[in-house]
Amino acid sequence: MRLPPGVSPNDFSDAIKQWQAAVGSDWVFTADEDVDLYRDAYSPVWHEPEEPIPSAAVAPDSVEQIQAVLKVANQYKIPLWTISTGKNLGYGGSAPLLSGSVVLDLKRMDRVIEVNEKNHYALVEPGVSYFDLYRYIQDHKLKVWIDSPDPGWGSPVGNSLERGGGYTPMHDHFDTICGMEVVLPNGDVVRTGMGALPGAKTWQQYKYGFGPYVDGIFSQSSLGVVTKMGIWLLPEPEAYLSGTVMAWKRDDLIPLIEGFAHLVNSGTLRTTTTIGSPLWFGLPDPELDPLRASGSVKAMEDYGARKKIPYWTIPLPFYGPAKVVAAQWQYAKRKFSSIPGVTFEDGPSYRFPLSAEELSKIRDTVPFGIPSLQIFSVISILGRESEGHIGFSPIIPMTGEALLDALTLFDQVHRELGEGGGAFPVLSSFPRALVIIYLLPITRDVEKNRRTREVYRRLIKEAAARGWGEYRTHTTFMGDISNTYSFNNHALRHFHETVKDAVDANGILSPGKCGIWPKRMRKAQA
Amino acid sequence: MKTTKSAKAVLLAAVLLSFAGSALAAPDDTQIERGHKVYAKWCFPCHGTGPGKPGTESLRQRGQNPAVLEERTDLTAPAIKQFVRHGVLFMPMFRKTEISDADLDAIAAYLTRNNKK
Repeated sequence: MRLPPGVSPNDFSDAIKQWQAAVGSDWVFTADEDVDLYRDAYSPVWHEPEEPIPSAAVAPDSVEQIQAVLKVANQYKIPLWTISTGKNLGYGGSAPLLSGSVVLDLKRMDRVIEVNEKNHYALVEPGVSYFDLYRYIQDHKLKVWIDSPDPGWGSPVGNSLERGGGYTPMHDHFDTICGMEVVLPNGDVVRTGMGALPGAKTWQQYKYGFGPYVDGIFSQSSLGVVTKMGIWLLPEPEAYLSGTVMAWKRDDLIPLIEGFAHLVNSGTLRTTTTIGSPLWFGLPDPELDPLRASGSVKAMEDYGARKKIPYWTIPLPFYGPAKVVAAQWQYAKRKFSSIPGVTFEDGPSYRFPLSAEELSKIRDTVPFGIPSLQIFSVISILGRESEGHIGFSPIIPMTGEALLDALTLFDQVHRELGEGGGAFPVLSSFPRALVIIYLLPITRDVEKNRRTREVYRRLIKEAAARGWGEYRTHTTFMGDISNTYSFNNHALRHFHETVKDAVDANGILSPGKCGIWPKRMRKAQA
Repeated sequence: MKTTKSAKAVLLAAVLLSFAGSALAAPDDTQIERGHKVYAKWCFPCHGTGPGKPGTESLRQRGQNPAVLEERTDLTAPAIKQFVRHGVLFMPMFRKTEISDADLDAIAAYLTRNNKK
């Protein structure tokens, strides 16, 4: 029998029996073959001594059952690791950070409680996936869109709490949260925002309620088990129009990002984008690859001009009334037309709802509120031979200068460390800032993974030295990244620890999450 | 990289072939219908037809024909269970709170419905 750290076999057996009584014996998993299903399939430490392996998993189906599970965990000081759908691949999947933790699997709590078509929100449980919510909306013929991250098997609750992102005007998922129900480690049930008012009529319509706004402390945190969440949805737009801005010189990125920032910050463009550089980090090309390796900007620009390959591409997706999106794209073209040589490509454009024929031709449906798994094809198309990936994701200023610095750094680190192999950057944005998601492959080869971790840790340090920090990371690197947020001798972490100790006195919930350890484990992890 | 890729392909083929001769009890229509529903929920987004189906595309790249699982007549229940519970390449394993053992039996019944008896 695998054991949680510091828990005796007798105590663990007693706990298992009590959990079985609380949630049913079918929903407490202790056999190795069942518990191994909770390992992280994309673990960068797969099959190494440091791979965190859970000791058991327990899957409650209600708030009352969660309260019972927490009571037992408190009694025996058993660490739990909470997951919603458990598909947080690239960030730890369904595996804990601390080996021996018991996974608190909320997948069975998969009820869509409400979807409101008039005020455009949903109230869901954590086990609901984006696919589930989409199906519910389709089955009930509702004119609302969800904003899914790339893989649709994740949880709106989990992804929003992890501060994930999507592609429509609702792309900043934490920002779409409106009201939560949280079971605290001591079993108390708290409703945030307007939900604290018994009989509230606006729990999903006004975020802040009265007094301090606490929703943020339950994101990327270990302070409670979120059992319900309100999320705002997008009314089905009339139309979509995307145009692509193409620039041909490396330094054109500076006015390009300036123009992009203006469009976003003024509300003209309400979405994110994916900035591309077909010349710099596009598909492999036998003639271009040596120029890329040489680092000669002039040679690449000349090649691009000759072969009609732009240095930079920025697609700008507009959602709204047909006449409005057309005007927005015209305005954007005017904004960018001062860049010498800039060119534009119109389209695609759609009216909604999409016809079945249109839908059958769209490879990536995520920007249209339809979840999918097509992102895994992208890795496949690029010929990456891997068992998975992890993302190094620093937030950088929304300027061309910062982006050029970051890309040059990644190039340099990657070259120096060599065999990390097959990494590529995805350049996107949150409101007011850019995010680079630098994807690194994960394999079942211990030595390759070791080198990838070396690359990753080097990137963390180099980025921090430039004032860039990651917005989210795999459990393996949570401590490393927490260490970089060190202003005033780690004052923020000390504050988090003070809150943690007050709210979770026995330190049972997700120890180590984002570098925050409960008091009883803090010294050992320092 | 190439060695790993070849090794994977051999492993994939070996697993499929090793179970190819397994005897199967004939599943009933209810079980197949249940399997169809579970497949539609859990497997189709990756292994279905149409654009943006990475499982289908990956199998096609590896020479599996047909690449769409629902069109296969040579899959076996043990092989299907092996992939669902252990994963392969970028496909992760699935937990019992996602696909129960009974649901997995139903998926196997559905995907083997057209096998030659």
